[in-house]
Amino acid sequence: MTILLAALALALLGLILGGLIGFTAKKFAVETDPRIEEITNLLPGANCGGCGYAGCADYARAIVEDGVSPANCAAATEENFQKIMAAAGQEAAKRERKVAVVYCSGDNHHAVHVALYNGLNDCRAAAALSGGGKGCRFGCIGLGSCARNCPFGAIEIRDGLAIVHSELCKGCGKCTEVCPRKLIHLVPADSKVHVFCNSLDKGPEKRKICTAGCLACRKCVKAYPELFNAQGFLVRARDGANITAEQVAEVKCPTGALQTVESHANLGKGKEGAA
Amino acid sequence: MNSHHLPLRPHRFEGGIHPADGKAYTTDGTIRIPPLLEKYQLVIQQNIGVSPLLKVKKGDTVKKGQQIADPVGNISVPLHAPTSGTVGDVHDISGANGAPVQAVEIIADGKDEWCEPMECYPDWRNTNRELLLARVKDAGIVGMGGASFPTHVKLSPPPEREIDTLVINGAECEPYLTADDHLMREQADRIITGAGICAKILKISCVLIGVEENKPEAIRALRTAAKGQKDIVIVPLKVRYPQGGEKQLIYALTGRKVLAGGLPMDVGCEVQNVATLAAIAEAAVEGRPLIERVVTVTGSPVADPGNYRVRLGTPVRKVLEWAGGIRKEVRKLILGGPMMGFAQSSLEVTVSKNTSGILLLGADEVRQFEAGPCLSCGRCVEACPMRLLVSTLSKVCENERYDLADENYVMNCMECGICTYVCPAGRPNVQHFRRAKAEIRALKRRK
Amino acid sequence: MEFSDKTDNKAPVQPAGQSAVRLPEAGTLVLSSSPHIRTSLNITKIMAQVMLCLLPAVIMAVYHYRWNAVRVILLCMIFCAGWEMLWCKVMRQKQTVRDLSALLTGLILALNVSPLLPWWLCLVGSFAAIIIAKQVFGGLGQNPFNPAAVARVALLVGAARPMTTWAPLPSAFQHLDGVTAATPLTAASQSAAQQASLDLYNSNEFLWNAFIGNIGGSLGETSSLAILIGAAGLLLFGLIRLYIPLAVLLTVTVFVWIVNQVSPGITPGPLFHLLTGGVMLGAFFMATDYVTSPVTHLGGVVYGIGIGIIVCVIRIWGSFPEGMSFAIVIMNALVPLIDKFCYKRPFGWNPVNAFQPRRGEIK
Repeated sequence: MTILLAALALALLGLILGGLIGFTAKKFAVETDPRIEEITNLLPGANCGGCGYAGCADYARAIVEDGVSPANCAAATEENFQKIMAAAGQEAAKRERKVAVVYCSGDNHHAVHVALYNGLNDCRAAAALSGGGKGCRFGCIGLGSCARNCPFGAIEIRDGLAIVHSELCKGCGKCTEVCPRKLIHLVPADSKVHVFCNSLDKGPEKRKICTAGCLACRKCVKAYPELFNAQGFLVRARDGANITAEQVAEVKCPTGALQTVESHANLGKGKEGAA
Repeated sequence: MNSHHLPLRPHRFEGGIHPADGKAYTTDGTIRIPPLLEKYQLVIQQNIGVSPLLKVKKGDTVKKGQQIADPVGNISVPLHAPTSGTVGDVHDISGANGAPVQAVEIIADGKDEWCEPMECYPDWRNTNRELLLARVKDAGIVGMGGASFPTHVKLSPPPEREIDTLVINGAECEPYLTADDHLMREQADRIITGAGICAKILKISCVLIGVEENKPEAIRALRTAAKGQKDIVIVPLKVRYPQGGEKQLIYALTGRKVLAGGLPMDVGCEVQNVATLAAIAEAAVEGRPLIERVVTVTGSPVADPGNYRVRLGTPVRKVLEWAGGIRKEVRKLILGGPMMGFAQSSLEVTVSKNTSGILLLGADEVRQFEAGPCLSCGRCVEACPMRLLVSTLSKVCENERYDLADENYVMNCMECGICTYVCPAGRPNVQHFRRAKAEIRALKRRK
Repeated sequence: MEFSDKTDNKAPVQPAGQSAVRLPEAGTLVLSSSPHIRTSLNITKIMAQVMLCLLPAVIMAVYHYRWNAVRVILLCMIFCAGWEMLWCKVMRQKQTVRDLSALLTGLILALNVSPLLPWWLCLVGSFAAIIIAKQVFGGLGQNPFNPAAVARVALLVGAARPMTTWAPLPSAFQHLDGVTAATPLTAASQSAAQQASLDLYNSNEFLWNAFIGNIGGSLGETSSLAILIGAAGLLLFGLIRLYIPLAVLLTVTVFVWIVNQVSPGITPGPLFHLLTGGVMLGAFFMATDYVTSPVTHLGGVVYGIGIGIIVCVIRIWGSFPEGMSFAIVIMNALVPLIDKFCYKRPFGWNPVNAFQPRRGEIK
């Protein structure tokens, strides 16, 4: 008998409270645009901040309420991107896919160490101590601040050099913020060939501290002046220049600083240098 | 002199440690004069503030002590040639903190001839203070205890600040260094004269010279030199690092606490190093600009450690050669003392106005960082002379929460290194805090 | 003006040929941030020194309980080390057992339990101490609760019977029974109403025996003398400061004294409480644990006072005869709050230049 009373009392309590919840849910419901939730689910959910907003949910809100273009999200897959554009009611547009490249080839086989670094395992901290051991003051310190900051795990530190795996890179740009030497640049995904050096030192000085640096011998500039731009002691590929692997092989860069993104990603994997 | 300035016993500041002294290597002996070099690589900017502008070019002949760079604005000091000879290239060399710096090469002609001396004032007691102050600037004098702040700016506080005490730092609390000790023993006259000149410029009548008790000869020499001068008092201080830290020194000698983020002039004090005073005396009384300084070359790997009166622009390589080279493997080359000095990677670094020591540490004396977990043992909190909650700061900096670090007053950290010295987990605290301060400053600049 | 300057002496230094001296080789120098000298103390040394200071207590335990003491101590230490090694292996982390903290926890745990504890309860206790109280929080330095105290609490609550089965002493005090010999504490709490037993427990003879260690109890808690010798060692090595232990002991003394004045007859005097049970061991070796105690001295004093009050309340009015481990664990929970209120102001702090937190700003 007491059990019955107890069960009845609980059931009644449940009904009353449940009814109260349902009533308040209806009465005090907050109006949200259902598209915000839809777009949040379509976005990659990595909260990398590459779009410039505080996470995917915030970006979805901005798209729907403020009319911001969904093209800022570099990380969404192409399929999802088209769906987002449709949900936001915007014209289907092309996103320019960017990837990060590390403009340095100075891994432990190429760069000369002038000191042994001992301290915090952080590139920014080491930069304050004259750069953590490698002789080049423009080059990659190799302690991995960029790798740790990448939300997609696209950067690997191999033999003291940061190597970007471009198939994983979404171009969010978090690595570029962290690098104290500003070595990492976001380039169009189609751009497959670069001069992987960041040093502004003179050629002979560079040669002493790294065997993979750009000597600014200008062989590439002479061969293809429309594709390369010499800036003092450093040569850079021009913006938008689509250089092919065959052209790289033809130029025969003396140090191998000019190489394809693929060969840079294979540095240290048993293959000697590049191109 | 106001009697309330005279401490019967110096105040004891909180925190601090007794690291192994290391001064036995160079306590004995006198200051040695090294031979002339063929080339000097003189760094152009040797002061905080604006770099002086070089006014000679390659091929010009210069005489010893000739002004070769003019100050730019007020927070700048001139630069003088360390010897007579020809001007060489202007190029980059390794700087003391790792970044390359511009240096001008002076190729010596071996004659070491002085230029025309600046106007000097042997009777400085009856000389206009403006003239004395101008002499301090013209001689290129900066804080030689390591700060390298232009001294003439320090000696011209804003008129609304009332300065009543000149505090002189003869403590030399850093282990291994004895440059100031020998300077006080051998040039006590110059130091007392310099103190008098500073007191005259600042228009004060109370000078307190703090010297640690482990330098009895220096205390004796200074007291002899200051005999009869009622306004200069030599005060022996307890041996404790960082007794020579500005705020700790002022507290020990006067009992006044400089506010966090404040300057000594807020409590009516000015602090000068004894080496700076000796340079001021040389400039004002003898008309000689700042072209050399006493440097302690020491450490267990050094064959013949000692103190040398080195000309500015001398590469460290040469100084080590004079000291007989090394007799065992070296792990670290440090400019300055072991607690606050800068580790170097190159022997081509040169002696500047604020280089007080060249210290070599052997492999057995250097311990690698392990960066273990913080145990909250509290040793760092007990030892911090700025009374910071170091363990909390260490943990938040490790997690890159620089906002929390700012709330816990990391900007007050004087980077003395005590917290890192005592930490049993081997945490690189000073590196964390330097990084935190840089990030906080960058954040403030961005606002 | 002439200066009496020895450095005007122009004698040059002995000329050194360039090739005659040896100089540091390029690329061999170490670059690091200042300071460049460090203490030689490290975590392993600290743990080893603490274990050394526990040696007197271990010796007394072995002297009284012989093989049981050795068995329990060894088992607890080995199991603790084993659990930590297993955790690091499974989690694919670097092995941390080398810093000896697991061994120390094992030793303290062993000294906290009865010598008759079965081996599988040593295993469970070690699990509670190392895995639950330390490793899941992130390992050494991250645990909010004292591992040994947590383990003892877990065992007391979960396996009360075996934990309160005490061994007879060779020189047991005649008053107590032989088989399930109670400790003086259990006896005192049970027969608290009897004036006769109070007189006994306040007698000099009994207190002297309690001091030396001729009473029943867990392995490390019997001999206060051994603990005090160990504590002297801790102070000599510079491992602890007296703030926390003194706060605990003084609080216990004052509290019990007050209780004795206000309502006499419900509990023996302060010396009894100090010398029996885990107060000494807890005050010097467990409350002073670096990781779980407050950072500042003031915080430590507040922490110690809290422990003292709680342990007395539990002993006098609570249902457990021993309250030290509970007191420590409860106060551990309050340590973040204590740290928040008992902080240090920086040198030269002034309300004028106090830090003004900027509201609403994220890094």
